[in-house]
Amino acid sequence: MLEANNLAVEFAGRGRRARAVDGVNLSVGAGEIVALVGESGCGKTTLARTLLGLERPTSGEVRYDGSALSHRGRALKAYRRQVQLILQDPMGSLNPRQTVYEAVAEGPRIHGLPDEEQVVAEALSRAGLRPPERFFLRYPHELSGGQRQRVVIAGALALNPKVLIADEPVASLDASVRGEILALLLRLRNELGLSALVVTHDLGLAWNIADRVAVMYLGRIVESGPVEQILTAPQHPYTQALLSVLPESPDRIVLTGEPPDPTRIPTGCRFHPRCQLLASGKAAAAGIDTACHSEPLPILSSAADPQTACHLTLVDS
Amino acid sequence: MSITWTRRQRALRRFWADFRTHRAGVVGLAILVVAVVLALAAPLFIDEGVTNVVRGTGEKLAPPSLDDPLGTDESGRSVLLLIWWGSRTSLLIGFLAALLSMVIGTVLGIAAGHFRGWIGAVIMRITDWFLVLPSLVTALVLAAILGGSTATIVIAIGVTSWPSTARLIRAQTLAVEARPYIERSTALGAGHWHITTRHVLPNVAPLLLASTTLEVASAIVTESTLAFLGVSANKTSWGTMLRGSYDWGAATSGAWWYILLPGLCIVIVVLAFTLCGRALETVLNPRLRGATR
Repeated sequence: MLEANNLAVEFAGRGRRARAVDGVNLSVGAGEIVALVGESGCGKTTLARTLLGLERPTSGEVRYDGSALSHRGRALKAYRRQVQLILQDPMGSLNPRQTVYEAVAEGPRIHGLPDEEQVVAEALSRAGLRPPERFFLRYPHELSGGQRQRVVIAGALALNPKVLIADEPVASLDASVRGEILALLLRLRNELGLSALVVTHDLGLAWNIADRVAVMYLGRIVESGPVEQILTAPQHPYTQALLSVLPESPDRIVLTGEPPDPTRIPTGCRFHPRCQLLASGKAAAAGIDTACHSEPLPILSSAADPQTACHLTLVDS
Repeated sequence: MSITWTRRQRALRRFWADFRTHRAGVVGLAILVVAVVLALAAPLFIDEGVTNVVRGTGEKLAPPSLDDPLGTDESGRSVLLLIWWGSRTSLLIGFLAALLSMVIGTVLGIAAGHFRGWIGAVIMRITDWFLVLPSLVTALVLAAILGGSTATIVIAIGVTSWPSTARLIRAQTLAVEARPYIERSTALGAGHWHITTRHVLPNVAPLLLASTTLEVASAIVTESTLAFLGVSANKTSWGTMLRGSYDWGAATSGAWWYILLPGLCIVIVVLAFTLCGRALETVLNPRLRGATR
């Protein structure tokens, strides 16, 4: 349904070009929840913003329902009825001067939908704020964090979107509320057939909610596939390292080396300076260490089956 | 729309409750209300004839007496009636000039903050250019070129006093536009108009209200200054009265009432606007409100 084709986004600043997203293929099918996982600064938020049309891709394209996303005014506005955004910080994503009613009614007003009050009431109760009338005149600062996030979700639902893009939707909420919001997202998927792309750094969250997971490192997806497979049998050394630092995992792999810098993407495999398999000599044993340093890896396709961008797994298969 | 109305009513009530706690602001507001009501009601009791030199009935530069409670001027006109009638011109020019300057400043400020590319840069350079112009001299020249009427004085004051407003509003716009709810609004499909009028404007409006109040005060002073320097709307105002007292040597002939009273009126009204504006600023700017919430 929603697809990224060889998407690249560059930012120019101080004479250096940062390749925040550097060739990404990703697709979200109808009724599917995809988790996009990666450390901070890996480009996952930029990717999400580009999918929403908030950022223009430097190359490649975003496709929705088979046609390429246009950045012209009217087409973009129509697109935004279909794909909606949920941000990390629900306090910041609500205008403190607007009531809950106005915040939820904003979308329908922009698009000139009829029966505004009914749409708002329906969206609020779908987002779990019942009875909706009780919340109409409340201000964001009078609500709890979970309720605020529900208001943001209701604001998105008011437009009857097909896809939700949630950027760290529960990162700023406390643990007890997290579960509720995730359950809400799952329920919306079941009831309305919504698709979702959930951007997160939290593998546990991906495990709980997603059908498929894509692991991003330094602007590119390094591993993707069904969530059970990726999280129980990770192939890419980066995914292995991410999983090993979860509290329940027996031995942890701590990555060394510099944190990645999108203005200086390493040659060959972009993970090689921090790769624990290369450092331990495992790559050299397989005879691929020169490839790790110099040979670029192919971009993973957007297919649903498990794939890994690593020279070692390429040799194995 | 009833929901929006209920909210506005509530907000207004809360605002008034806050404002009432600032005694200086309430005093300022009371003075302003009295001044404005008097100015508006003046035609019910007197007419423009009181400023007519041929109809001056009293002695020349007579001290305050029962007939003329505040004395008379060089043509025998009552200073009380002149001040009363003159308040209409002074207040009108003050309000209109402040309004004009606020409209220009707000539109350009929001535009400069919202369109951050070359449009914003061009607007800010123009603003800077106006900012470094000596505004009094510019206003004098403008008024001299355009000729003397209420409209030209308003324009002369308005187009020279907007740059500081524009800078203020631009800074606030930049702060508002960095908030995530602007991004949410864009993702909902909002265009430039929606974002600037629904999110930016309501957020800068409190600042604007406080700043307008202060701007009226400075416009009244500028009008008086211009009138004293000889550029007036050819109508009696407090400024032209000061000019008259200077021309006719009121100071040397001891006619203190002719100099002091229009001056006092300017001081009181300007002070009232300033008190009001400061109180508004405190009530409406959450950062000055203290950590009450």
